[in-house]
Amino acid sequence: MAAHVDPGYKGPLEYATEEGRMNILGFWIFLGAEFVLFSCLFAMYIVLQGSTAGGPTSQELFEFKSMLIQTLLLLTSSFTCGLAIHEMRRENKKGLIIWLIITLLLGLGFLYMEIEEFLLYIYHEGATWGTSAFLSSFFVLVGTHGAHVTLGSLWMISIIIQLVQRGLTPRTTRKAFIIGLYWHFLDVMWIFIFTIVYLTGMVV
Amino acid sequence: MRLDEFFVTGDPMIYAADVSIVLTIIAIVAVLTYFKKWKWLWTEWLTTVDHKKIGIMYILAALLMMFRGGVDGLLMRIQLAAPDMKFLESEHYNQIFTTHGTLMIIFMAMPFIFGMINIAMPLQIGARDVAYPWLNALSFWLFFAGAMLFNISFVIGGSPDAGWTSYTPLASIEHSPGVGQNYYLWGLQLSGIGSLASGINFMVTILRMRAPGMTLMKMPMFTWSVFITSIIIVYAFPILTVALALLTFDRMFGTHFFTVDGGGMPMMWLNLFWMWGHPEVYIVVLPAFGIFSEVVSTFSRRRLFGHHAMVMSMAAIAVLSFIVWVHHFFTMGAGPAVNSFFSISTMLIAVPTGVKIFNWLATMYKGRIRFTVPMLWTLAFIPNFVIGGVTGVMLAAAPADYQYHNSYFLVGHFHYVLIAGVVFGMIAGLYYWWPKFFGFKLNERQGKHGFWWFMIGFNLTFFPQYILGLMGMPRRIYMYTNADWSLLNMTSTIGAVMQGIGFLIICYNIYWSVRYAPRTNEADPWDGGRTLEWAIPSPVPYYNFSRVPEIKELDPVWYAKKRGEKLIDGPLEKIHMPSNSGVPFILGQIFFVFGFGFVFGWFWMVIPAFIAILLCMAWRSFDYDDGYYVNVEEIKEIEGV
Amino acid sequence: MASHNNEQYVEEHDHHGFPWGHVIGFILSLVLTGAALWFVFNSGLSTSVAIGISIVLAILQVFVQLYMFMHIRESKSAPFQSGAIYFGIFIALTVVLGSIFVMWYVLVSHMY
Repeated sequence: MAAHVDPGYKGPLEYATEEGRMNILGFWIFLGAEFVLFSCLFAMYIVLQGSTAGGPTSQELFEFKSMLIQTLLLLTSSFTCGLAIHEMRRENKKGLIIWLIITLLLGLGFLYMEIEEFLLYIYHEGATWGTSAFLSSFFVLVGTHGAHVTLGSLWMISIIIQLVQRGLTPRTTRKAFIIGLYWHFLDVMWIFIFTIVYLTGMVV
Repeated sequence: MRLDEFFVTGDPMIYAADVSIVLTIIAIVAVLTYFKKWKWLWTEWLTTVDHKKIGIMYILAALLMMFRGGVDGLLMRIQLAAPDMKFLESEHYNQIFTTHGTLMIIFMAMPFIFGMINIAMPLQIGARDVAYPWLNALSFWLFFAGAMLFNISFVIGGSPDAGWTSYTPLASIEHSPGVGQNYYLWGLQLSGIGSLASGINFMVTILRMRAPGMTLMKMPMFTWSVFITSIIIVYAFPILTVALALLTFDRMFGTHFFTVDGGGMPMMWLNLFWMWGHPEVYIVVLPAFGIFSEVVSTFSRRRLFGHHAMVMSMAAIAVLSFIVWVHHFFTMGAGPAVNSFFSISTMLIAVPTGVKIFNWLATMYKGRIRFTVPMLWTLAFIPNFVIGGVTGVMLAAAPADYQYHNSYFLVGHFHYVLIAGVVFGMIAGLYYWWPKFFGFKLNERQGKHGFWWFMIGFNLTFFPQYILGLMGMPRRIYMYTNADWSLLNMTSTIGAVMQGIGFLIICYNIYWSVRYAPRTNEADPWDGGRTLEWAIPSPVPYYNFSRVPEIKELDPVWYAKKRGEKLIDGPLEKIHMPSNSGVPFILGQIFFVFGFGFVFGWFWMVIPAFIAILLCMAWRSFDYDDGYYVNVEEIKEIEGV
Repeated sequence: MASHNNEQYVEEHDHHGFPWGHVIGFILSLVLTGAALWFVFNSGLSTSVAIGISIVLAILQVFVQLYMFMHIRESKSAPFQSGAIYFGIFIALTVVLGSIFVMWYVLVSHMY
């Protein structure tokens, strides 16, 4: 019953079934919870950002170029993800998959740069998460975001496979739409990380 | 790790517990094998996605946890019955009060409310299950994994002993070097994930699965309470997730969030913990308020007074609950500006609660009251909860709180609100909805005995504690020497024994009724049911509603009955149902292994378990099973048409 | 199951043309990001003012994402979707600002 398309329905496929509508609504609510989850990490970071315990500070560590490239990669991936869903609405399965793959590659590029940044801090600057409270909160906040992107990448691979296998159905389009929401949300989080962690950290 | 570190040694009571655990496991396996019930267990319970069965499992777990938590409470009361008692060492006492608090709130109250919500809410809105039945099952098995993890601690590795609040720096690795705290962190983390998922599940269910015609303002009050509770859960539990994770990182990976050195701020633990912890107490009490609304209305034979006000007051409570948390640590030095703000916000939250009390009283006024067991629990709730509530307003005055904080006055306050609020509500709900799910009522006479023993015992236990607090007795002390405190403490202990007797009578009540109570199988056993669950057969068929009714008003069953109308009417159609699945159960067990490994720092166990979890999630993603249909013939047979 | 009698679930967007909404959104995001960088590094304003402006720009970018990319207004449940996000933002602000408020003395006195 929940998987039935109502007769005469004329909108996007992912909203065609009650199951689809419920899953999308549920995911928006989940995103509300994720806002709160990240806010705790931000609160921790803001409170602890000055507690460098004699170790490396944000001004010493953060590099403009790396931060800018990561930001552009993720921002562009959010754009390409939007294009993917646009193609999905045009019922263009090939376009959807291509744009999703591009999104995934941009996301993996972002992850590669972030891991490179972390390794640089840990192995070349002696800045680990055990060095100071500031570094603990930096690594856990930015790292949690990175872990979310990693999980999202794995999830996106699984969705791409299902799209190839099953084409555009109410179920597969719903799954693609939801992972799109997740991906955009991660870019939203990055906007705050960019502002509160990197921008602030480079001048304060 | 040495074997005598892995197993808790040196205490005869622990050895006795080890023996009884092993014997119980053997007994369960023996009974299942002898009666050839393994397949039944798997197909009917372990793989179910049916909200009714999941609810029953939650409630059973809650009752078992209430037993263990209650025993902990009794042990404490024995130790404190007289000055200079040597029944429990301080170490042991600390573990017991930690276990008592954690079990009662996280592993008794939470599953109890989830159980009640699961069994009753979908029926009240005319739904055939919740929005995400598979996720619902997963939530239960995650709770189960967390509970098992926490419960095993006292025999394997050692119990946590830093209080249910686990304050840093005491709970940090320097001051709590054993694995006990890790059990606390992972037990709560796993069941917390389950809770968050349930919150989302219930919200979507209520928003999208109501029967046609049932607008939000035509929903029963219990369902409203579930909706508001779910909102609080969704926004509060992520805070707990982060707090627990950060402390885990501190303990296991050397980070400095809450440490004394390295720039850490132990006060941030309290800040985060209570930002979750205060909404948490409203999470457990609001469904109880919802149950009270149903019971008061049914057994006064009157519509609930002030429907809108009841909804608005719960919404106000929900919003306010997020801005009062500092009242748990007024004395920590946040300063007068902070303390003033939170003092005022805390006092404010008493207002909507008071509105609800007056509305319940107004419902009863000029009603034809029937003193059934659920009604007795509800009637007892009102004065007892008010006592707890007004002492809460006293505590809210920050300067005064400098005297009350962490004294027995506080202990008296929170037990009055939690027991008279949550426990009374859950027991009322248990008695009220029992006949709907099992086809027979619990014996009224025994129920009344249980009620009186428990209620009087409860007052005897906790009222003296207010006075003890004012006399200067601090909480969480394992022993006292002040002879002036002995009489009140002894009274409190006697009360605790009476509560224990009351609980045992209730358990016996359940056992006796299962064996001997007449199976009347009425749709409306209380002869006054007002909401949709009373329109369908008892026990409820697995698909709930043979036809989904069209709703026109509040209390639809009551008014339909008065007009002689049939609510459940119309042609029968095949019904779509979700398939059972073993994956939630298996995932739960894998999470247990993951948590257990993490507790001991055994990453050779953690990493494979983590990979297995990812694989299960992938399995689920590729699972396109679409359920099955119940055909009309079968529905006719079940309904006796 | 609840029947919805062929109601419209989704606002009619024209999805058959060029994705203007997404392109404009992308450009806006780039502009907002670039503006934040300019304010912080090139504008000569005091650090706190520049950071404050950046936060406002970040919030604007969030709205771009929510409304132009994520289709938050779609579906019959749109009010609840928006409600879920706005309440989440409210609690998020309470957590962040509340923590700063509560910990102020500790931060200022460098107690730890």
